Order: sequence, then structure tokens, then C-alpha cells
Amino acid sequence: MTAYIIRRILYAIPILIGVNLITFALFFLVNTPDDMARMQLGAKRVTAEAIEKWKAERGYDKPMLYNGSAGGTAAITDTIFFEKSVKLFVFDFGNADDGRNIGYEIATRMGPSLALAIPVFMVGLAVNITLALLMAFFRATYLDVWGVVLCVAMMSISGLFYIIGGQYLVSKLWNLVPISGYAGGVDSVRFLILPVLIGVIGGIGSGARWYRSIFIEEIGKDYVRTARAKGLSEATVLFRHVLRNGMIPILTGAVVVIPLLFMGSLISESFFGIPGLGSYTIDAIQAQDFAVVRSMVFIGSVLYIAGLLLTDISYTLVDPRIRLE
Amino acid sequence: MAPLVLTAILMIVPLAAGTLFIALSRAMPVVLWTDALIFLLLAAMAAYFWYVRRHEHLAAPWRRVAASSVGMSALVVLLAFIAVGLIDSLHFRPRLAQPGAGGEDVHAVQVLSLLDELARGLRSRAERTYSAPLATRAYSKEMLELADGTQVRDFPRLAHGGAHLKDESGRSRDILARCLAALALALACWGVLAAVLAAALARRSRARFGDTWRALLGARTRVPWRAMLITAGVLLAVAFPAAALSARYHVLGTDKVGQDVLYLALKSIRTGLVIGTLTTLVMLPLSVLLGIMAGYFRGWIDDLIQYAYTTLNSIPAVLLIAAAVLMVQVQIDTHPELFPTAAQRADLRLLFLCIILGLTSWTGLARLLRGEALKLRELEYIQAAHAFGVSHARIITRHILPNVMHLVLIALVMDFSGLVLAEAVLSYVGVGVDPSTISFGTMINAARMEMAREPMVWWALLAAFTFMFVMVLAANLFADAVRDAFDPRLRMGN
Repeated sequence: MTAYIIRRILYAIPILIGVNLITFALFFLVNTPDDMARMQLGAKRVTAEAIEKWKAERGYDKPMLYNGSAGGTAAITDTIFFEKSVKLFVFDFGNADDGRNIGYEIATRMGPSLALAIPVFMVGLAVNITLALLMAFFRATYLDVWGVVLCVAMMSISGLFYIIGGQYLVSKLWNLVPISGYAGGVDSVRFLILPVLIGVIGGIGSGARWYRSIFIEEIGKDYVRTARAKGLSEATVLFRHVLRNGMIPILTGAVVVIPLLFMGSLISESFFGIPGLGSYTIDAIQAQDFAVVRSMVFIGSVLYIAGLLLTDISYTLVDPRIRLE
Repeated sequence: MAPLVLTAILMIVPLAAGTLFIALSRAMPVVLWTDALIFLLLAAMAAYFWYVRRHEHLAAPWRRVAASSVGMSALVVLLAFIAVGLIDSLHFRPRLAQPGAGGEDVHAVQVLSLLDELARGLRSRAERTYSAPLATRAYSKEMLELADGTQVRDFPRLAHGGAHLKDESGRSRDILARCLAALALALACWGVLAAVLAAALARRSRARFGDTWRALLGARTRVPWRAMLITAGVLLAVAFPAAALSARYHVLGTDKVGQDVLYLALKSIRTGLVIGTLTTLVMLPLSVLLGIMAGYFRGWIDDLIQYAYTTLNSIPAVLLIAAAVLMVQVQIDTHPELFPTAAQRADLRLLFLCIILGLTSWTGLARLLRGEALKLRELEYIQAAHAFGVSHARIITRHILPNVMHLVLIALVMDFSGLVLAEAVLSYVGVGVDPSTISFGTMINAARMEMAREPMVWWALLAAFTFMFVMVLAANLFADAVRDAFDPRLRMGN
């Protein structure tokens, strides 16, 4: 097992190098730093000196891949590629365009992101599984049919509608919670309750429908017939046998997103003014701050690979027949 | 296969009419990149269905789709949206009334679509700023000068909305009268439609008209014609009054710059359709080719392709799309000379968005096809083909590809709705379509800020969300019908 995990971690290295090369190509080769400077400073009527100054302040004035003028190892290290891309591997993100340290920002913004993402994930999972199990219990009745129809309808509603509608109804019309904002400590509950609720409701459509199909598939298996044949009640069959076995694909499928919870949720954070990583990313995209976007891409891919690894490990935990070699 | 013929007619009639119109008005046809690709896609679909018709084993699952009343009703709605999108895809530059110096035709710089031409009234009857649906007065108070010279602060009358009314108290009665007249017309049209359908069915099955008519009403036909007719009736009952009222009112109100919201919503349909369909056009070759190759050849090819999609997958999708769109944006901004008109620039950005979405979303289907190809290559008939010395290329195209086509088709229809929804989110993030392109995303984005106003400006948001909901719901329901008909695992379960 340990050997497997180590091998998987080693396997992550070429993937991260690939991610780095893609972002480097996107951010520096397709667009030269000159283009970036012109975008930031305004496309027209910008002097060459202003561009040079902008580049020098941010360290974009170095050669791309190989610095011929510097001697020794500096020929490799004193380049944009090394400074901006290779250093990501030791989580040295450098500064954003506004001069703040990206690493520090990420560390402070992780808390609010998790405060929103973890409840959405946990409550959402519980609600979806409960609803799916209910539909499976009442399968092929009107309750099930209309439940599925409702799920499809809820899936077809734009996520933006849930947020805007929820804000309007709960905050503006009923005045129950603030429309947006954030505060630390216990006070944050007031600000988080609506985004969590909306996050859960928005996920019901696809989640409950998907889990229902997993349970329905499970119900068709032989062991369920055996359990019924030996006289167990339908409820026992469902809640003891089907639920446990159905949880295997559900949980292993959910594990992959756990690390990504750190990234926060882009849309709801920015709508609700929660100072997490999601709104940080959106702000960076809108301000075209490529240094931040690059850092978030790197962190996102590290977390995704961690999620894949966790998925594999969770398979062995829930199903002892699977051994990782 | 009767629904197919109907579909073909529904598609061809607006296109033919549009082409005729452009030719008659001596306008200059303009084919944008996305237009060309849409028509290419349409041709490909026509070719596919022509091929399917002649192959019983391919036609069988489609017959199951045609027997599903939910799926076919959804198809009717979807076809209505597609027809609007197609009409909006015929672009031209109108001829100016003033001929050039040599008497030759001179064309406007502005690129219009046939939909713009049909909805010319909606387009030209703009107000100054916000007005509520069916309102006769503006949304906010202004200084008004009365006939006797005194000034009062009041809601001014709209320039077009309800301008024909001398007395505003007659508004409700006027609206009701127009609605009833339109509904009566809709009912008449619907009756004609039903009678023509019954006559056509009776002719085809050589039955008596009366028998067919009763079978139709009793839903005893194999294709659920009654459900489809009811859906069409509902559509007509909504569309006719809306059209009748939009001649005198702003049915869905106006937005910040006074544009009719109904017009914006109709224009958004094409953008949604383009993103939902052209993205799959980009995605499909990549995922089919790479997925099957990885599963079939295994070894280093498999390693390489798996590496490629794991790497792409590990980058958060929104960030990858954002990065790519920002790059395209920089390129567009730094090379303005490449784009002669604003419409072409906006269109190219839309196309790039589709390409980028396609490049980031091929991985899911590729992984699925790889797994399927891994299974298929071990089957006896493929081993036999190997033993006969059939080439790899031929085995893939003749033996593997037809056996994974159902997965490709299911993925194609399932992805559509997700892409339409994604467009709105991406436009909100600021990496969606060009701000000048009318889309659900840009509509929502523009209207979002008006939430805080008192009283709230809700109509633009509601219009965008409702149109999007109906379109996505229809797509989802149709996709479900297709999946149920094509997924062999499901069929065995029943």
C-alpha cells in the first residue's frame, strides 16, 4: 500500500509538469508579456517605457527559457520559466499584480472557502442520499416518477437562478439574513446559511437522480433477491443491504471532490461576497491578473491529483477485495 | 420515421424562405463562421438520418425514441427553438435605398439576420430605458411639461408601448381583446395542423380519415402524435398572443437601454444553440479518435493519451477556459485589423469559446470510449478480423466504431443542456461570449445589478431564466428518451 502511494505520488510529477507547461505556453508563449502589459495599461497610447517598467516591476523582463547573458546556473534560473513556473512546485507563488503575496492570500482565504464548501458537501450528500433512497423505496409509483421529473426540472434551472432567486426571496423579501458579506467566528453562520442552503438545493436535481439510479441498479442484483427470499422486509433490504452496497460507488465518487473543496465555489462566493478562494479566482480573472490565475491552476491540479489518490485508497477501505499493488 | 419527415420540413421551410428573401431584396448574404458550421452540422445530421433510414438495426432505437411521448413532446419544443436559431443564422447586409454612384447596389455595414428582419418592429420600437412588461408608462419618474406649460414629475408615457391607447384605463381590455383574437387564430391554426396531420397519416396507412382521426385523439398511434399536437398547441397558444401583443406593447418589458426583452430572449436562443452544438462538433473527433485509439492499441499510445487527458482534467475547467479565453481576448485586442466588422469579431469569439469548451471537455467521453474499446478488442469477432489480416484502421472503423456509436450519441445529447447552462456562468465570470453578443449569460449579467432597484427590475432576469429553463428542460427530456432507447444495459434491465 505504501509503495503504491509513493508510486502514485511520483506519477503525479509528470502530470504537474504537463500542467505547468500548458499554463506556461498559454500565459507566456501565446501572449508575450508585452501583450499582457498592453492589456493592463490600456491597449492604445501606451509608451514603450511604460511597458518596460511594468514588466520590470513584475519580473517579466527576463528571457523566456534561457538567459544567455547570465553565467552558470543563472542561465536557467534567471528566466521567466524558472521564476514563474518552476517555483510553483515549492508553492512559491510570488506576488499578484497589486503587489500582494499570493501565498499569503491563499492561506487566509482558505478558511472562508472551506466554511462554505464543507457544509454544502456534507449536507448535500446527506440530503441527496436520503431523497434517492426514498425514490428507490417508492420506485415505480407516482412518488418516484414525479420525483424524477422534479429532479430533471431542477437540473434544468440555471445555478445562477437559485442564487439570485434565493437572495431575492430570503434576504430582500423576508429580510432573514444579509444579502452578502462575511464575518469571522460564530458570526459567519448568519452569512453562510443562505449560500449553503442554495448550494444544497442547486445540487439536488443531478445528485438525487444519479444516486437513485445507483440504488435502482443495486436493487436488481442477486443478493437483494436472496435477502427478499429469506423473508426480510423491504425496508430492511433497502436500508441495510442496498444502502450499504450503494454507498460504495457514491462515497468513492464523492471522495474525488474533497480536496477540491479547498478551491471554494466560484459563483456563490462572488455572489455572496465571501472572501474565499473562489471569489479570489473570479476577481483575478476579471482583473486579468495572470499570476493569480496561474497559481490557482497549479493548486487546482495538485488537489485534483490528491483527489484521485484518495479515491483509490478509499476503494480499498470500503471494499477489502480490492488490493492496490 | 414520420417525425423525421416533419422535422425536415420544419427545418427546410424557414431556410428556403430566408434564402428567397435575401435574393429578392437584393441584400448581400453574409456567412459567418458559426453559420457555416451550423449548416454543416445540419447537413451531417441529414446524412446520418438518411443513412439510418436504410439500416434497420440503426433505425430500431430511433423508433423507440419516436414512441416516447415525453421525448417527442420535448422534441417539438426543441424544434421550435432550433427553428428560431436557424432563422437567426441567415445573415445578410441589407441593401440601402440609395443606389451607388454607378447605379449599383450599396449595402449597409450592419450585419442582420432574418430574425432581425422578421422582428424589425421589436428592434425598432425601442424605449429610452426600463419599462415593465405590457406597461404604457416608463419605469421611473421624469420631469414632464404639460400642455399648459407647467412642469410635473410623473411617469412619462412610453414612445411605443401602448402608444395607440388614447385612454390608458382601456389597457386591460385592449390586451384581453388582442389575446383572445390571437388565441382564436392559434386554435384555428392548430385545428388545421391536426387535420393535415390526420389526413397525411390516413393517406400513408391507407386508412379512412375518420378512423385515423379517432386513433389520433385516443392516442392509439405508435408515434405519440396526440402528445406532440398538445405540445404544439401550447406553443402556439403562447406564441400567438405574444406576437399579437408585441405589435403594440413590450410583452416582456424593456432593458436599460430600452431594447425589447422579448427580442433579446429570441436572439439569445441562437447563441445557446451554437454553444451547445458546435462544442460537441469540436469535442467529438478528439474524444472518439483518441479514446478508441487508447483502448485499441494500448501500450505507449494508451499511456500517452491517458497522460494527456489526466493532465487536462486536472486543471480546473473554469480556469482552463478562462485562461484560454483571456488569451484569445488579448489576441483579438492586439490584432484589430483581422476583423472587418464587429459582428465578425463577436462571431469569431463565440467560435473560439466553442473550440475552447470542446478542447476542455473531450476527456470524459474519451475515457468512456477507451474503456469500451478495451472490452471490445478482446471479443472474438475482432480477434477473427485480426486473424484474417484486416488492417487496424479498418477494424476500428468497421468493427469498433459502430459498436460505440450509441455511447457517442448519448454523450452528444446529454452534453447539450450542460453547455447551454455553462454559457450563462462563463459570461458571468467574464470569460463567455463577446459582450456585444446577445446571450442568456449577457442578459442575466446586465440585469443582475438591477436587483437592488426599488421596485425591482425583474423582467429581464425572468425572461432569460424562463427561456433557458424551457430550452434546457426540453433538451434534458429528449436526451433522457434517447439514452433510454440507446443504452443496451437499461433495456436489459426492463
